[in-house]
Amino acid sequence: MESSAISFMSELRKTPLNALHRRLRAKMVNFGGWDMPVEYPSSGGLIAEHKAVRGSVGVFDVSHMGDIRIGSGKKPGGALAAVQYITMNDASRLAIGQAQYSAMLYPHGTFVDDVIVHRLGEDDFLLVINAGTREKDIHWVRENTKGFDCVAEDLSDAHTQLAIQGPRAAEVLQKLTDADLSAIKNYWFTHGTVCGLRNTLIARTGYTGEDGFEIYVPSDAAASEKAWTQAMEAGREFGIIPCGLGARNTLRLESKMALYGHEISEKINVWEAGLDRYCKMEKGDFLGRAALEQAKAAGLTRTLVGLEMIDRGIARDGYRCCNEAGESIGVVTSGSPSPTLGKNIALAYVPPAYAAVGMILYVEIRGQKCRAQVVLTPFYKRQKKAAAPQVAGGS
Amino acid sequence: MAYPKSYRYTKEHEWIEVKGDLATIGITDHAQHELGDVVFVELPKPGAKIEAGKSFGTVESVKAVSEIYAPASGQVIETNGELQNKPETINNDPHGAAWLIKVRLTNAAAIRDLMDAPAYEAYIAEKGMETSA
Repeated sequence: MESSAISFMSELRKTPLNALHRRLRAKMVNFGGWDMPVEYPSSGGLIAEHKAVRGSVGVFDVSHMGDIRIGSGKKPGGALAAVQYITMNDASRLAIGQAQYSAMLYPHGTFVDDVIVHRLGEDDFLLVINAGTREKDIHWVRENTKGFDCVAEDLSDAHTQLAIQGPRAAEVLQKLTDADLSAIKNYWFTHGTVCGLRNTLIARTGYTGEDGFEIYVPSDAAASEKAWTQAMEAGREFGIIPCGLGARNTLRLESKMALYGHEISEKINVWEAGLDRYCKMEKGDFLGRAALEQAKAAGLTRTLVGLEMIDRGIARDGYRCCNEAGESIGVVTSGSPSPTLGKNIALAYVPPAYAAVGMILYVEIRGQKCRAQVVLTPFYKRQKKAAAPQVAGGS
Repeated sequence: MAYPKSYRYTKEHEWIEVKGDLATIGITDHAQHELGDVVFVELPKPGAKIEAGKSFGTVESVKAVSEIYAPASGQVIETNGELQNKPETINNDPHGAAWLIKVRLTNAAAIRDLMDAPAYEAYIAEKGMETSA
């Protein structure tokens, strides 16, 4: 299975909705070995897609994401112990039906990948992982759960994953399911019938900084197209449009959500990435913990900051950051115009001495030093609907 | 969108319109479509020299930076200042209002080597076949 996956690496992989994207004349790109829609000119393009999600609702095919189920072995408890060992957040604190942002770490405290851990049952977990790191992650999980009484299963090709995102997402999805979506809080999930497809996982998660859902339907083309088409029908009154990876990237950047290979990688540790609140040092031993303890004692040499460009110019991934004197101090990990703010924003790693909000530093753009200012992040935070006070959930 | 018959085109998707030794240069409809929403344009100042085949500026969309290559050599006499505030004009009218620079050519005859409209249309049709295969 693993070897065959590798031998097909040279061919672009396709999601079950590939033919549909091409019928919609989406602009397709190679994303981590996948033939994926980057934008739909028929939707009005990237900026229109971005604004639809912020203002109303949009739908994304994110079937390239991988899914690993870690279930019980002979005796209960083995799956939880394995998940606790390979991820940095505390999965024991999850209720059944709850999910958490987490990450898998190398022994030196840097990132194998970030994941969303769903607790399906007392000793049953679903880890949703990135597309570009699928094979690596699955191999990593298998290797590092060997010593535990659990079963790790790659379900990546079993699901078509659709993300319905935006302030109207709940209204759209509610038309298609018998599950009561108002009962699902942020980062919780349930199973229900969606578009006539029974036992569909419905999670109130996403990668846009907006309210929304991710649904996991069977990966056959007929079921996949049915779910997509019915979501489009149900969302018509709200102006729903198909959205591509381009808008997904600008939406997540505004919300300062990390992207593997950019803000997090095998060279960056948890403290540098500022993901402290998802790393539970007190939960007991886990892969990467010892190195993180040492790194904490040693102190940070670089930290992730948000930048807003003052001078004209767009900071892009890989551009150099420098100080007034022109000395190199760091590097941009992601940068783009922000369709919501109308400004050029970026994330960059710089030494803590340059990380204070209001600090002026420079990004070198085609040989020119362009002024930028360190700003508070996230760049964009959605307004929570005024509602009855809720008991705070786990993060 | 139709490709004006009076223009010549490069393989890098620029167009050039020549009248005497004066030329107007822009990027093609195909180029703007490939880029997506244009948000930023950087152009040389009047007086700058440009050289055929060399980059003279950049056009950026939300997701990509694209160099603009000179279809011919010459000296810039005017740039389209409107584009600084309205870069989206490049998406809306790439062959007209969104011209980039006007240039006094060193050798106007050299543009004969560039593609005419039918040749350019065939060229992008062929490229389209490659990408969808």
